[in-house]
Amino acid sequence: MGDFVLNVNGSDVRVNASPEETLLSVLRNRLYLTGTKYGCGEGQCGACTVLLNGNATRSCLVAIGSAAKSKVVTVEGLEQNGNLSPVQQAFLDQGAFQCGYCTSGMVVQATSLLREKNDPSEEQIVQAMEGNICRCGTYPRIVEAVKLAARLQSKGASR
Amino acid sequence: MIPVDRHTLEVSSQDEPRGLSSAKLDRRDFMKVLGGGLLICFTPTLAWAQESGRAFGGQQLPKDVGAWLHIAADGQVTVFTGKVEVGQNIRTSLAQLVAEELRVPFDAITMTMGDTDLTPWDMGTFGSRTTPTMGPQLRTMAAAARQMLIDMAAQRLKVDAQGLTAADGRVTDPQSKRSIAYGELARGEKLVKVIAGEQALTQAADWKIAGTPVPKAEGRDFVTGKHKYPSDITRPEMLFGAVLRPDGFNATLASIDTSAAEKLPGVKVVRDGDFTGVVAPDAFVAQRAVAAIQSKWTVPEQPSNQGLFEYLKANPETGRDDGPQHVAGSVTEALAGADVKVEERYTIAYIAHAPLEPRASVAEWNGDKLTVWTGTQRPFGVRDELAQAFHLSANQVRVIQPDMGSGYGGKHTGEAAIEAARLAKAAGKPVKVVWTRSEEFTWAYFRPAGLIEIKAGARRDGTLVAWEHHNYNSGPAAINTPYNVANQLIQYHAAKSPLRQGSYRGLASTANHFARECHMDALAHAAGIDPLEFRLKNIADPRLQAVFQAAADKFGWSHLKSKPERGFGIAGGVDKGGYVATCAEVEIDAGGKHVRIRRVVQGWECGAIVNPDGLRNQISGAIVQGIGGALFERILFANGRILNPHFAQYRVPRFSDTPQIEVVLIDRKDLPSAGAGETGLVGLAPAVGNAIFAASGIRLRSMPLAPQSAAPGEPDPAFRS
Repeated sequence: MGDFVLNVNGSDVRVNASPEETLLSVLRNRLYLTGTKYGCGEGQCGACTVLLNGNATRSCLVAIGSAAKSKVVTVEGLEQNGNLSPVQQAFLDQGAFQCGYCTSGMVVQATSLLREKNDPSEEQIVQAMEGNICRCGTYPRIVEAVKLAARLQSKGASR
Repeated sequence: MIPVDRHTLEVSSQDEPRGLSSAKLDRRDFMKVLGGGLLICFTPTLAWAQESGRAFGGQQLPKDVGAWLHIAADGQVTVFTGKVEVGQNIRTSLAQLVAEELRVPFDAITMTMGDTDLTPWDMGTFGSRTTPTMGPQLRTMAAAARQMLIDMAAQRLKVDAQGLTAADGRVTDPQSKRSIAYGELARGEKLVKVIAGEQALTQAADWKIAGTPVPKAEGRDFVTGKHKYPSDITRPEMLFGAVLRPDGFNATLASIDTSAAEKLPGVKVVRDGDFTGVVAPDAFVAQRAVAAIQSKWTVPEQPSNQGLFEYLKANPETGRDDGPQHVAGSVTEALAGADVKVEERYTIAYIAHAPLEPRASVAEWNGDKLTVWTGTQRPFGVRDELAQAFHLSANQVRVIQPDMGSGYGGKHTGEAAIEAARLAKAAGKPVKVVWTRSEEFTWAYFRPAGLIEIKAGARRDGTLVAWEHHNYNSGPAAINTPYNVANQLIQYHAAKSPLRQGSYRGLASTANHFARECHMDALAHAAGIDPLEFRLKNIADPRLQAVFQAAADKFGWSHLKSKPERGFGIAGGVDKGGYVATCAEVEIDAGGKHVRIRRVVQGWECGAIVNPDGLRNQISGAIVQGIGGALFERILFANGRILNPHFAQYRVPRFSDTPQIEVVLIDRKDLPSAGAGETGLVGLAPAVGNAIFAASGIRLRSMPLAPQSAAPGEPDPAFRS
């Protein structure tokens, strides 16, 4: 066991855990940030995606020992002053979910994409999101939501 | 005045153990919980049609209360139903139906669902039954409640009820312009009314809230991560559990050494016969502890993929009902006189539901009372499983189903609930159990594999004359042909399944449609008739005609010509009240080996549409989910072990597998609404198979059509995807 300091959603937090415990487990079971989901524990489904130092990362594959002092943003950290982020707003507007269990990971993955490319093509969206599984099959709506988010984001930036 | 009985909620004990209605909530208790107001209960008089699947037959809908509705002093309406929300959007669509009949805004409605202490008994959420059975119950209840409120307002206003109108949560007297809000009428009341029988319901053509694309209830909580799924539930002092799994199915424990696990901090090992589990202060240590247990198992010889379909045909399940044989005329005689004959066998692999949220439960004991939060499509069924497992009465067990990370027919059973409760009992503290992905792939149950044999004949002019269809193991759902055939012999044969199997979205409708619609295509080609024309010629039901025509028109069927690198196929049918027709365009690469689905147009009709946006989402999602079973999903197994229990080995549809999808909805406001969660899945596989044939001349008769690699003992697949 060891003490690790992380910056999660803008606040420094100290957790006491085995260095081998996954970031996903720490977020969910020690910090009660349950928006980040377990889907496979093997980096195959994307449900556990968080931003780790700005990069979309499978938190189920990151040992907390290697993530010390990192900046972590989870789906809970995307709202600003009670306002949904452009990606969150777009998913809501498009109704881009059914059961919603994949949504956190999808929203974080798309957030990362739009930070790299502010106007991605459909092909680029599919490529960036390919590692995220939606078993309800809402992929077409998610693609539309990412396109809408790009528009909302550019509108917000020009305001 | 409408006939409404006024009495307390009294329920006979003979329906034990069948829910809160039979448990103990009388008017006093209820009002204590709800804090006064009006409570309206509905007793269904509708006969319950048996679920067409296997594995949960037998339970009759109890003849007591089916749903209730509460109106509070602030005008808020709470609807209580045992149905559960799993992504199919009934939390929204049922609330729309209630808001419509009660004449309140959509936002005034809260749905309390799937909590065995708060909601009436319900058999479960499956079989596309919610919209056609719970929908009318809630509408009837809401319409009666509205009339009751009008009568109460008439008394207060001292006018005749006839002249009053209800809208937007108020009763108004148009003469005097006076009005009273529902909340005001409920204030200070402690009224319980039980309603039976029928009410005049608002015609779908006049709907203002139902029939519109209301967004998903509580949608914001899903994009912010706030929604609490079963695996997100936390209780004070909660521990984490994990269960030791055998090395294979039907295994017996030969030896075990738990000493290394017991040395881990805070770990307790729980043993009971062949069951071994651990509890630990955190999830990480629980998994580590179970991995530290040394165990040896004896796994008996068991069937594998190799020879599976011969095994299913050769091993009938004698104790199980095959259902009625469907016979008309003489197939033998008709075949002898047919111009065109086709005889083929089709196979369907076992597949996994793979819901993204695996089985998860939190169990908490309070004396001899047990509360379990879990993801299930049958909260009352799981309650009964728990009561049986721990020798409790149903009243001592409460199961709460937070809207879960879906099920697709795969979460009818209570394994994780029982495991969590067992560990919690031993630990003396609440325990959470969340299955790993590989546990979910291995220890849940599968969609049945099946062998289907069909022989059929037609006349040169395209008239179908003979149809014989045998289904071994996959099930009887939608086994009967929707086409006009004078001579038929159709039979389902229950078989001994090597793997644990159960419901899957659509049940055997997918398998039976795959075989039937590929066979119809083969007959059309043999007779030299266009596959759409051949179908339309043999369909009597105008609703099925209409979806085929709508899909084909949108697709451009009549002017599309298949060529080696591009094929077009069509398939359709009717099941569980939903009519479907699917057109698929596939692309085959230059090497002639690799298949991609490029475009799907699906026609759909299920009576009056309750929520067109939710419906489109369901139908489109069903097509995407159907791609997996059609092209590449299958469980590989040998000797009691699953060989591909990971997403890296068991491929599911992803973004890049998704074609352009167009859904054509036909809104029949003149017809009752049917469910739409399942049948949208069944047209895709045969439409794709038929498109591959149209392009290549190769008839594929096994689902999946284009797997990644050959199963052990099988030849290399003709196509990959």
